[in-house]
Amino acid sequence: MSILCVAAGGFLGSICRFSISILFNKHTIGTWIANLSGAILLAFLYKWHYNEVIGELVWLFLGIGFCGAYTTFSTFGNETLNYILQKEFGKAMIYIFFSLTIPLLAVYYIF
Amino acid sequence: MIGSTLRYFISLILISPGFPLSTLTVNLLGCFLLSFLLNVERSRKLLSPNLMTGLTTGVLGSFTTYSTFVVEAANLNSSTTTFLYIVSSLVGGLLCCYAGFKLANRRKVAT
Repeated sequence: MSILCVAAGGFLGSICRFSISILFNKHTIGTWIANLSGAILLAFLYKWHYNEVIGELVWLFLGIGFCGAYTTFSTFGNETLNYILQKEFGKAMIYIFFSLTIPLLAVYYIF
Repeated sequence: MIGSTLRYFISLILISPGFPLSTLTVNLLGCFLLSFLLNVERSRKLLSPNLMTGLTTGVLGSFTTYSTFVVEAANLNSSTTTFLYIVSSLVGGLLCCYAGFKLANRRKVAT
């Protein structure tokens, strides 16, 4: 049952991420928005799960499944590497900086 | 769906109190695989575009996660561990992407 919840959440999460990347067309912005919004949602879910507002299955479905699949680290890494390989170091630094600081600050604020 | 289930399995197998080793593992592994796949496909065109989207955006995108990374980083109990986790994810992720890129291009030369 827990595996089904993760799989179903992952299914929805990856479709949402794919739709956002099409919507924004520019790939890094789409990845950034998905990662930021997913991190904020997960922070709330984590807090609710910790305080037992939501049950284990909801956590697996929305937290591990949906948020986990909706956000992505591999694309972030590859987009950054592409900037570095094209010698656009400034863009790489800006991308890393905003990907780290804003989600972390948002999550700290929620906690 | 497949990616998130795999990620969940790894989180069940790799249990490490105090340090989120399973998230680091999936993120680094996913970075390497995505970079390898994207670069191999760029030079060889073996797979149909739909299958590529399924494998890259679908499986590997859901396999790696950014939201869990951020929430875990914000939750680690000492700032040294948080720093270590962020640095190892970033540097390791970029190195894994680069390794995938290098391996994909070396194989192109060999054939």
